[in-house]
Amino acid sequence: MANLAVKVAGLRLRNPTILASGLLDETGGSLARVYKSGAGAVVTKSICLEPRLGYKNPTIVELGSNMINAMGLPNPGIENYLGEVKRAIRAGAAVIGSVFGKDEKEYTAVARRFASSGVKAVELNLSCPHARGLGLEIAQSEAAVEGFTRAVKKAVRVPVMPKLSPNVSNIAALGKAAQRGGADAVVAVNTLKAMAISPELRMPILSNRYGGLSGSALKPVGLRCVYDLYEALDIPVIGVGGVTTGRDAIEYFMAGASAVEIGTAIRTRGLDVFHLVFHEIDDFMEQEGFSNVREIVGIAHE
Amino acid sequence: MSARSSASPTSKLHVVEIEEIAREVHHTKTFRFKAPFTAKPGQFVMIWIPRHDEVPMALSYVGGLKGFTSHAQGDATNALARFRVGDRIGIRGPMGNSFEFKGRRVLFVAGGTGMASLVAGIEAAAKRGKEVVTVLGAKTKHELIFAKRAEKAGEVHLSTDDGTEGFHGFASELAVRIMGTHKFDQVFTCGPELMMKKTVDAARRRKIPIFASVERFMKCGIGICDACSLGDKLVCVDGPVFDGAYLSKCEDFGRFRRDQSGRKTFLK
Repeated sequence: MANLAVKVAGLRLRNPTILASGLLDETGGSLARVYKSGAGAVVTKSICLEPRLGYKNPTIVELGSNMINAMGLPNPGIENYLGEVKRAIRAGAAVIGSVFGKDEKEYTAVARRFASSGVKAVELNLSCPHARGLGLEIAQSEAAVEGFTRAVKKAVRVPVMPKLSPNVSNIAALGKAAQRGGADAVVAVNTLKAMAISPELRMPILSNRYGGLSGSALKPVGLRCVYDLYEALDIPVIGVGGVTTGRDAIEYFMAGASAVEIGTAIRTRGLDVFHLVFHEIDDFMEQEGFSNVREIVGIAHE
Repeated sequence: MSARSSASPTSKLHVVEIEEIAREVHHTKTFRFKAPFTAKPGQFVMIWIPRHDEVPMALSYVGGLKGFTSHAQGDATNALARFRVGDRIGIRGPMGNSFEFKGRRVLFVAGGTGMASLVAGIEAAAKRGKEVVTVLGAKTKHELIFAKRAEKAGEVHLSTDDGTEGFHGFASELAVRIMGTHKFDQVFTCGPELMMKKTVDAARRRKIPIFASVERFMKCGIGICDACSLGDKLVCVDGPVFDGAYLSKCEDFGRFRRDQSGRKTFLK
């Protein structure tokens, strides 16, 4: 059996599979259950200061093994959510808090509250389209990525991990901006902007019209982004986008990811996906004579 | 482990035409449609009301011409009430688990539009040769739905909160009396949550297996978004029908639900 424990940005994980933000993470009980089912850590849903209802349904379109979602960042606000975080931590889960807001002040306030509740790290969801005065996602502006990262980094002691968007022309430049801002790692990628139309109803299905594509169709895009970031950065990269099997995770490691997040695959493989991917990674490594995940991180660049 | 540990089925969006509309009572209509899937009593579908919303609806009719019954009470259901025969809606489903019958005598306890979730089960139980007793309650006489369908399936006891028809009081109170005088092998209930809670508690005191069809705010319907969590299960894939043994241990049931943002709102 290979050693699948990893250390990413000072974070020790029992294995390199992490629950991605936005799935099974509304309650502390769900987060704890995903951790118990085999995830190395769990990322919370994205939380801001005040409660947000999110968009009206339809908020999801199922497309085979992929989906497009536009939830609209519903969340109960950090004060109401902390109880859920604490409950998950009490149950033994390694929790990473996902943060968003309208400005740097809100990001730092939410990150501080998360840090005080005992999360292992904070992930910055920079794809929020509502950032004040920016006119685009934070994740699309180098100056904003650097500034928001720096602001949060100053406010908390836990590792800070900005999540980057694939909806940019040069993701390496955004990764460098995060690194300049003091990021301990970057997470790549968020969902890809997409749309689904009902021919019979002659209209977009999602109430928000646009949504984010996730699932296996996103994997080649995510891999390319991780590959570019690994070339450009000195800090670790956490890969996310379409990881469904151990082989998908291996490809991400080889592109340069130190760990992977898993989300949409829960739909096709159930909660067992973490446990299954773990064993599939282990089988591959054993077969190919590797004993530690470190040995294959970035190997495709050599 | 809950049902979620296995993969959830892939469901597709079907756009269908409304074939028939029946007005059941004042603000409550049944919409009938044909869809290329088979469904079991107790299951539900996600109804996309174009330009308005997508909401979960229990199937009040299974079989060839399926149907769901909607009480117009919010933006989405008021918009749906204006739809006509021939208008198109989106359907995802069927979703969730169904009623499983065991034993000979089955009691159904319905409150208000909760009857829409039970009525296909009432008919199915009768068809399978069960002795069926239905307690059907509503606020007032004019809000009692599907009483005739239940009468064809077995014995029916009516209750109204205002005493305009049948027993004067809640369906749960009438059900407790009937459980005291008749023997049942199973109880199924759907209605306002506090009514269900009383019915569950009463059946469990008498050691009768009881199952309740529970409602929560729902978004994805496929077991990933966590919006409809009920204790450590999800209503969309582990429910909507839950065993009373689970519900009595579950801290949420009969106490609180979560709103669209995930905040707890306590039941009164």
